[in-house]
Amino acid sequence: MAAAEHQVEHHTTTGIDSRKLLMWIFLGSECLFFGSLIATYLIFKGEIDLPPFPSETHVETAYLEEALASGEITEVHKHLCHESDEAGISVCEGIFDIPLTSQSTFVLLMSSVAMVLAVYGAQHNRPMMMKSWLLATMLLGLIFLGYQVYEFRTFGQEGLTLETSQFGASFFVLTGFHGTHVAVGVLILGSLLLASFRRRGLGSEPGFQVETAGLYWHFVDIVWIVIFTVLYLIPA
Amino acid sequence: MATAAGTIAAPTTESVVWSWITTVDHKRIGALYGVTAFIFFLIGGIEALLIRTQLAVPNGNVINAELFNQLFTMHALTMIFLAIMPLGAAFFNYMVPLMIGARDVAFPRLNALSYWIFLFGGLVLVSSFIFGGAPDTGWFAYQPISSSQFSGSGMDFYVIGLMILGISSLAAALNFAVTIINLRAPGMTMMRLPVFIWMTFIVMFLLILALPVLTVALIQMLFDRQFTTSFFLPEGGGDPILWQHLFWVFGHPEVYILILPAMGVVSEVLPTFSRKPLFGYAAIVFAGIAIGFLGWAVWSHHMFTTGLGAVQQAVFSASTMAIGIPTGIKVFNWLATMWGGSIRFTTAMYFAVAFVALFTIGGISGVMHASPPVDQQQQDTYFIVAHIHYVLVGGALFGVFSGLYYWWPKMTGRLLNETLGKWNFWLMFIGMNLAFFPMHFLGVSGMPRRIYTYDSGLGWDFWNLVATVGAFILALGVLFFIINVFKTWQQEPDAGDNPWDAPTLEWATTSPPPEHDFDVIPEVHSREPVWYMRDHNLTTPEPEPGTHIHLPPPSYYPIIIAFGVLLLGLGPLSHLALTALGVPVIIYGIWGWTLEPTE
Repeated sequence: MAAAEHQVEHHTTTGIDSRKLLMWIFLGSECLFFGSLIATYLIFKGEIDLPPFPSETHVETAYLEEALASGEITEVHKHLCHESDEAGISVCEGIFDIPLTSQSTFVLLMSSVAMVLAVYGAQHNRPMMMKSWLLATMLLGLIFLGYQVYEFRTFGQEGLTLETSQFGASFFVLTGFHGTHVAVGVLILGSLLLASFRRRGLGSEPGFQVETAGLYWHFVDIVWIVIFTVLYLIPA
Repeated sequence: MATAAGTIAAPTTESVVWSWITTVDHKRIGALYGVTAFIFFLIGGIEALLIRTQLAVPNGNVINAELFNQLFTMHALTMIFLAIMPLGAAFFNYMVPLMIGARDVAFPRLNALSYWIFLFGGLVLVSSFIFGGAPDTGWFAYQPISSSQFSGSGMDFYVIGLMILGISSLAAALNFAVTIINLRAPGMTMMRLPVFIWMTFIVMFLLILALPVLTVALIQMLFDRQFTTSFFLPEGGGDPILWQHLFWVFGHPEVYILILPAMGVVSEVLPTFSRKPLFGYAAIVFAGIAIGFLGWAVWSHHMFTTGLGAVQQAVFSASTMAIGIPTGIKVFNWLATMWGGSIRFTTAMYFAVAFVALFTIGGISGVMHASPPVDQQQQDTYFIVAHIHYVLVGGALFGVFSGLYYWWPKMTGRLLNETLGKWNFWLMFIGMNLAFFPMHFLGVSGMPRRIYTYDSGLGWDFWNLVATVGAFILALGVLFFIINVFKTWQQEPDAGDNPWDAPTLEWATTSPPPEHDFDVIPEVHSREPVWYMRDHNLTTPEPEPGTHIHLPPPSYYPIIIAFGVLLLGLGPLSHLALTALGVPVIIYGIWGWTLEPTE
C-alpha cells in the first residue's frame, strides 16, 4: 500500500523524476556560467605580452627590461625568462606544468569511473559497493583539489596572482570556481555517504539520489576536460 | 512526527504570521510576491516622480546631482528587478499550477526559498540609500565609472543585491520550468497549454540561460572592486567593453523576460472578452519561441556607438529588426482575435487593448534605433527613454494591470469595481502618453538622458513640463487602483467561480481556490477546457469519498537558508565574518531541509 502511494506521489507528465529534470536544466545554466568565464579567459589570452605566460613565449629582451624598469613586472617575473640564442630575444618559460596537471586530470577522470560504479551499486541494491565507490569518488575529488591548491601556490610563488595580469585574474577566477564546484560535489557525496549509514540507508530510492549526484559530478568533470584542453593544451 | 536530530519540526502553529512565513503554498507565495513587488513598485514610482519634479522646469533645484544619479539608477533597478519581474512572478506563482491542472509546483519549498531570497535581495538593494548612498551609475553600471575608483559603496550594494536576486530568479525559473514540463493534468499537452503558460515557460529558459552570464559579470566586477583584479579596468589592462558585452548578453534577454509574461496575460484576456478562441494559437506560441531565440542574437545593438565595426553592426542591426517579425505576428493575431468577436469592454480588456497599441508604438521606435546610423543620433537621448517606457509601461505594466483586473476575482473572490477601474485605466493611459510621448520630441531635439538639469531656451521647456504633468497623472491612476482594492475588499467574496466566462482551467475551481487547488485533477480535452465542459454539458467530477489529498507541510527551512544567503551577501558589504557565519547557516538549512519529512 505504502509503495503504491509512493508511485502516485511521483507520477509526472513525462515520466522523468522532477528532481532529475531540475538537475539537467540546472546543468544547462551552468554551461552558460562556465562558458562566460572561459570566454573571458580567451578574450584576454591574446593580449598577454609580459611574463608570466601560460606557455613558452619569445619576447624582445629590451621590452622586458623596459617593463621591469617601469614596474609592470618584477624580478620574480623576469626570472622566468632567459636570453635565447637569437640576439635581443628572450625565451620565457610557460607557467603551466602540463605533466602535473595531466596527473590531476587523470585523477578527476578516474573519479567519474568511481562515480559510475557507485551509481551501479546503488541501483542494483549493493550498499557496500555503493558506499566504497562513493568514498573513492570523494577521495579522488579531494586529491584533485589538493593538486589545485599546490598549483595555485606554485603559481603564486612564480609571480602569478589575481592582480598580476588579466591572464592571472581570468585563470584563477575560472579554475577557482571550478574547484569550488568540485568541493561542493565532495560535500554532496559526503552527505550521501553519511546518510547511507543511517538505519534506513538512503531511503526507498538510493539509486535515484546517487544518480542525480552523479549527473552533477560528471558535469563538473566534463567542464574540467574543456578547461584543460582550452587553457593548458592549446598553445597561445 | 519524528524528526532527525538537530532539525526543527514542521510548524504546526496556527499563528497567522508564522503560517505566512513558513508557507509553501504557491498561491500564498504568489500573493507575497505580488504585495512585496507592488510596494517596491510604489517606491520606484516615487523615485520617478522626484526625477520628473526636478526636470519639470529649467534649472530645477529640487534635488542635487548626486541624489539625481542615485534616483534614476534605483528607479530602473527597482522597476526592473523588484517590480515588473516579481509582479510577473506573482502571476506565474499563483497561476501556473491552476492553469495546468496541478496541486502545487514541483518543488514547493524551493518556491518559498525563491521568495525569501528575493525579499532579502530587494531589501539589500534599497537599503543602500541609508548606508552611504545608492548605486548611481545607471542600472547597466558601465565600466570604469562603476569601479571603486569612481564610485562609492552603492555599487557594492548593486553587485551583491543583483547576485542575491539572481539566485532567487534562478531557483524560481528551474522550479517553474520543471513544473510546466512535468505536472500537467492528463490531456494537457504542450500545444494545449494556455499562452500565458507558454510565455512563462519561455521566460524561465531565458532566465536559466541569461542569469549565469550576469552572475559572471558581477563576480568579475566584485573581484575588480574588492580583490585587486582588473577585468574591466583599462589602466590595469582590462576591457570595459567586455562588461558591456556580458551585461547585455544578459540584459537583452532580460527585456523579453519583462515583456513576455505581459504578452501571455494579454493572450488570455483578449479571447475571454472577445468570446472567441485566440486566433492563431500555434503562431503566437512559435512567435514567442522565436522571440526567445532571437533575443540572444541582438545584444550588441545596445553598443552601436562603441565602435564594433561595420560587419558586426550590420549583423546585429539585421537580427534586431528580425525580432519585429514574430512580434508583428503576435500583434496581428491579437487583432484577429478581437475581429468579429463579441467584445465586452471591461477594465482588463481596456488594459489589454491599450497594451497592443502602446507596445506597438514602443516596438516601432525600437526598430528605428535598430539602424546604427539612426542609433548614433538617438543613443543616450530621451528618445530611448521614450522607447523603453512605451514597451515597459505601456507594454509590461499595462499587461500586469490587465492581469490584476482579470485574475483578481480568482485570487480574492472579489471583483474589482469597474467604474474605479475605468478611472484607473484612463488616468494611467492619458498620463502615460503625456509623460512619455513628448520624450520622443525631446530626444530628437537633442536632450540627453541622465542630466539632472538643463538651461532654458533649448526648446525643451514645454515638453518637459508636459512630461512631468503626465507622470503625476499616471501616479494618480495607480492611486485609483489602490483605492479600488481597499474599497472592494469590504465586499463579500461572491465573484463566483468564473465571473468572466473564461476558458482556461484556473476558472474550473472555486474563487479563491482551495489550498489543494482542485478537488479532482481535471482531465483536459481542448485548449479551452472550461468552454469545452460548458459546451458538452460536463460538470466537475466529485471527489471519491475518503480521498486524502496530500499537501506538503509548511517549513521553516526556506527562510533559514534565505537568511544564510543574506548573511553571505552582507559579508562583502560590512565584515567578511558575516559571510563566514552565512555558510554554516546555509549548510544547517540544507541539512534540515533534506531530512525534513514531506510525506
